[in-house]
Amino acid sequence: MKYLMFVCTDAAPDTDPTAAPDIEEWVAERDGKGQRVLGSVLGPASAATTVRVRDGELLLTDGPFAETKEVIVGFDLLECADLDEAIEVARAHPMAYSGRLELRPLVDLA
Amino acid sequence: MGDVAGAVAEAGAEAYPRIVATLIRVTGDWTLAEDCAQEALATALERWPRDGVPANPGGWLMTAARNRAVDVLRRASVERRKLRELARLTDPEPASPEAEGDVVDDRLRLIFTCCHPALALEARVALTLRTVAGVPTADIARAFLVTESTMTRRITRAKTKIATAGIPYQVPTGPALVERLPGVLAVLYLLFTRGYDADGEPAFAAEAIRLARLLDRLMPDQPEVAALLALFLLHESRRAARRDADGNLLALDVQDRSRWDHAAIAEGRSLLDRAGDGQYALQARIALCHATAPTAADTDWPAIAGRYDQLVRLRPTPVILLNRAVAHGFAYGPTAGLRLLAEARAGGALDRYPPALTAEAEFTARTGNPVRAAALFRAAAALVQSAAERRALLKRADDLTAGGP
Repeated sequence: MKYLMFVCTDAAPDTDPTAAPDIEEWVAERDGKGQRVLGSVLGPASAATTVRVRDGELLLTDGPFAETKEVIVGFDLLECADLDEAIEVARAHPMAYSGRLELRPLVDLA
Repeated sequence: MGDVAGAVAEAGAEAYPRIVATLIRVTGDWTLAEDCAQEALATALERWPRDGVPANPGGWLMTAARNRAVDVLRRASVERRKLRELARLTDPEPASPEAEGDVVDDRLRLIFTCCHPALALEARVALTLRTVAGVPTADIARAFLVTESTMTRRITRAKTKIATAGIPYQVPTGPALVERLPGVLAVLYLLFTRGYDADGEPAFAAEAIRLARLLDRLMPDQPEVAALLALFLLHESRRAARRDADGNLLALDVQDRSRWDHAAIAEGRSLLDRAGDGQYALQARIALCHATAPTAADTDWPAIAGRYDQLVRLRPTPVILLNRAVAHGFAYGPTAGLRLLAEARAGGALDRYPPALTAEAEFTARTGNPVRAAALFRAAAALVQSAAERRALLKRADDLTAGGP
């Protein structure tokens, strides 16, 4: 299955910053195992543009669609057998310690 | 006729989780698996009175459920591979112990999947009751004080998440098992307390015991499983003695101990031989101290206080801190109890918890301060739900002040 992993900040990070693993190692290991299809750091929330069409009219808003303290700062597309494997991949990511990760399965429309 | 219905219920209780678990593994369809298991039970109720109870009731039910699944899937023109796999389930009651292993794994798979931490806790409990224990959704809804349609949605949402999020149908191994087992036990614990609480559904306690027994049989090398089963049995042993003729709850010290279930106590005690010293084992050993005291006055309070000291190190929750204070009060006097009680109440979590006020009232009375004690009993009375409990607390308050100046 494919999972899109949203990498978010969190207002309450782990109190032991030394526990977080290294991001370069995480990327190298997951790429090596074929668990990470692609991924990237995102530009800041201030660079976001929200797009809607309402009554046929294009509406653009400056900023992300949800006004929260936590912002999505990156993403990874994972390829895992099941949720348990995806959880193992996510827990090894440094942002699991200083932020939070959201795993969303991709829907296979085929 | 009644005997046949009893035979169906008995065979069903044993066979139901096995059938559902196996059909889910083979078909991947939770609803189909449950429907087919239910229909097999209905068919048995219809046929067994006429044809007699089969020699192997569980095997008969499995075959009936499997045939039903084959029918449904054939009509839905499901892929051949699945049908072939289903058709291979011809020997539903495997003779050899090695073959038994596969079937056992299915039930464990089902329990661990229902209790997956990616599901909300309330959904885990509901799904376990519905799928593993086969409890009707209406009964689950009543126990959780929601409408049947709300409960149906909750269970459906959980099943949908299992499918769409890719929650695997498997028992975790190695370090993952150590991590996940406590979550499974927490679901059983919640199920049991739902059945043991004053206004609980007694059948849930029985289900929790049945599931704990199954888990203990399937994972005999896990001490906390044996400990949890022991804890359940030791509490359940008091059920018959817990209420007076009017149905009011009785405190431990006024229960008729001859009405305790001594077979359950003996089983709980022997389970503790292989129960380790985790949180459930400590709670079970505390329950055993109560269960084996010939009279309330014989209770070994210093031993209980020691167990609570150990338990607090593992789980310093407000309620455990409170119980520890009470145990110390009985073991070492009301002043010791009040000191630890103040510690337990420091966070404020117990401010509106009647047992905390009652304990403080009790110890305050013993230190020779009846006026303050009576006020505390009245404060506790204002917070309790049950009218009978409120009356009892107000009477305590009145008794304390009646003899006063």
